[in-house]
Amino acid sequence: MIAKQVNQKAWFMVLPVFLIVAFSAVIPLMTVVNYSVQDTFGNNVFFWVGFDWFRDLIHSERFHQAFLRQLLFSGIILAIEVPLGIAIALTMPKKGWGVPLCLVNMALPLLIPWNVVGTIWQIFGRVDIGLLGHTLAALGIDYNYTQDPIAAWLTVIVMDIWHWTSLVVLLCYAGLCSIPDAYYQAARIDGASRWAIFRYIQLPKMHRVLLIAILLRFMDSFMIYTEPFVVTGGGPGNSTTFLSIDLVKLAIGQFDLGNAAAMSLVYFLIILLCSWIFYTVMSNVGEESSPKGGA
Amino acid sequence: MASITLKDVAHSYRGESQNPADFALKKLNLTWRDGGAYALLGPSGCGKTTLLNIISGLLIPTRGQVLFKDQDVTRLPTEQRNIAQIFQFPVIYDTMTVFENLAFPLKNRGRTSKEIEPRVIELAKMLGLEKDLYGKAQHLTADAKQKISLGRGLIRKSVNAILFDEPLTVIDPQLKWQLRSQLKFLHKKFKFTMIYVTHDQTEALTFADEVIVMYGGAIVQIGTPEALFERPEHTFVGYFIGSPGMNILPCALKGNKAMIDGIEISLNQSYTPPSTGKIELGIRPEHLRLEEPGRDGLPVKVLKIDDIGRHKIARVALNTCQLNVIMPEMTTLTGDMGTLVIDTDHANIYLDEHLVTGETL
Repeated sequence: MIAKQVNQKAWFMVLPVFLIVAFSAVIPLMTVVNYSVQDTFGNNVFFWVGFDWFRDLIHSERFHQAFLRQLLFSGIILAIEVPLGIAIALTMPKKGWGVPLCLVNMALPLLIPWNVVGTIWQIFGRVDIGLLGHTLAALGIDYNYTQDPIAAWLTVIVMDIWHWTSLVVLLCYAGLCSIPDAYYQAARIDGASRWAIFRYIQLPKMHRVLLIAILLRFMDSFMIYTEPFVVTGGGPGNSTTFLSIDLVKLAIGQFDLGNAAAMSLVYFLIILLCSWIFYTVMSNVGEESSPKGGA
Repeated sequence: MASITLKDVAHSYRGESQNPADFALKKLNLTWRDGGAYALLGPSGCGKTTLLNIISGLLIPTRGQVLFKDQDVTRLPTEQRNIAQIFQFPVIYDTMTVFENLAFPLKNRGRTSKEIEPRVIELAKMLGLEKDLYGKAQHLTADAKQKISLGRGLIRKSVNAILFDEPLTVIDPQLKWQLRSQLKFLHKKFKFTMIYVTHDQTEALTFADEVIVMYGGAIVQIGTPEALFERPEHTFVGYFIGSPGMNILPCALKGNKAMIDGIEISLNQSYTPPSTGKIELGIRPEHLRLEEPGRDGLPVKVLKIDDIGRHKIARVALNTCQLNVIMPEMTTLTGDMGTLVIDTDHANIYLDEHLVTGETL
């Protein structure tokens, strides 16, 4: 019997990948981990503090509030963007000259850089020179996002909807276009109502693209930084200071690297956990029963 | 239950038009008997599905009327016609169980669950679906899914007609005959009108009392399977039905003599030669015989012989014309020459692709 020759040289082939990943991801991440368990008074002298920073963070009122604001923000924009995106996708034409027109219009907001979107809305909402702010003021509505937390929230949420609903629309539209005509014809023969068609044909067929849309929108909105920072700078007060804005304030504003490092790691784990929960729950929707053989 | 009548129906997907080429379905008149089993046979793109969709109301014809019994339903929406349609690919509602799928048409029409439940269970038994009745329909095989589609058609007792649009295309061959015989059984039991679209002639011929052959948006022949085989009214029917199809040979006519490529053949009927038009002689490979050279008949050159199991098919050349001849399995032929014997009882004459009848001698 011939023993199979074991050759370990192949490991060298993957070495470049290891090096690149280590250089670009693992080592920077480990730096953050280092900072999160040590303290320094400058001069590159560090000493071990264990999990003190994490303990501080878990008990920090400021972190709790930023976290709740973040959850509220993501919850609100998901609750608006997903149904709105589905609704718009349903009304988009399936053929004819309207298709390219709609698609291009839908894609436009997605092509605008974050800070430009922020600047557009920052000016748009200003009471003195902005079209929106000025119009609202002229109508007698008391709107000032620099002073009123509710106005600030509304501005940030409407801006996010303006910027990102298109993504949901385009994904849902792709899902809708993949449904064969026979399904709609069968539904007509079965006498299904418009609602039944949506509930039993369109929604199940959009299931996969919706999963992706919700995941993307959740992760993006949970990490949102540039747009609210440009518009409100986290204010008035701390009312629109979301997690990432808080993190930047902590790390670069206050230079509390230990706190900030601990917060980064917790932040990262929260996003990972939430995404995993979303994915698991959504993938299991409609597939509770175990697969069965044919008749 | 009612008969279905198509009155001067024509359809163009570009809307009303003066250009005959725009019409996917050319003007036709047709009545489907109540409880009959019909097959619509023809190549892809001949207008079969268009015709079917007009009957079910998924399409409103550009011209003409659709009548159920005496009622004009041309503009009646699909859901108000008592019609069911089964598509090429099984359509099931993924998130529903088999039970809910079958109950869906009744539920949409506002029936109570007291009415629905016994009906669904009865039908599921008939279709052999009772085992999976409460499982998700999504996980079933293609043939089970197609049974569900069929079940959704049969669940309404008031259904006039069930239209089948090539329903067995995605079914495994060994399950095809099983489903086919089940369909036949259900048709006998429920006596619904059955219109079955297919491009598979075996399927059409075994299913239907009457076969409607379509070609280029028009009906070229309606008849029993035997009639289509014996007396094809159009060269397309002759060519499309049978395997291999009818031999179609250009010829000239003189009384009861046909001249094929300079060779004279006596026919059983006498024809008045038309002044214009293309004349062809059609003869089935089954009605030709190949014998040893030197016998009574026409000398031909044998080009090749294919053994297809039940019989052999010989490709022979009569001067420049080529014909297929079916020979019994056990025949042997020496050399590459033979004698062709034509059973002139079964020879048909076509003028511009349409059958013409002569005077019997």
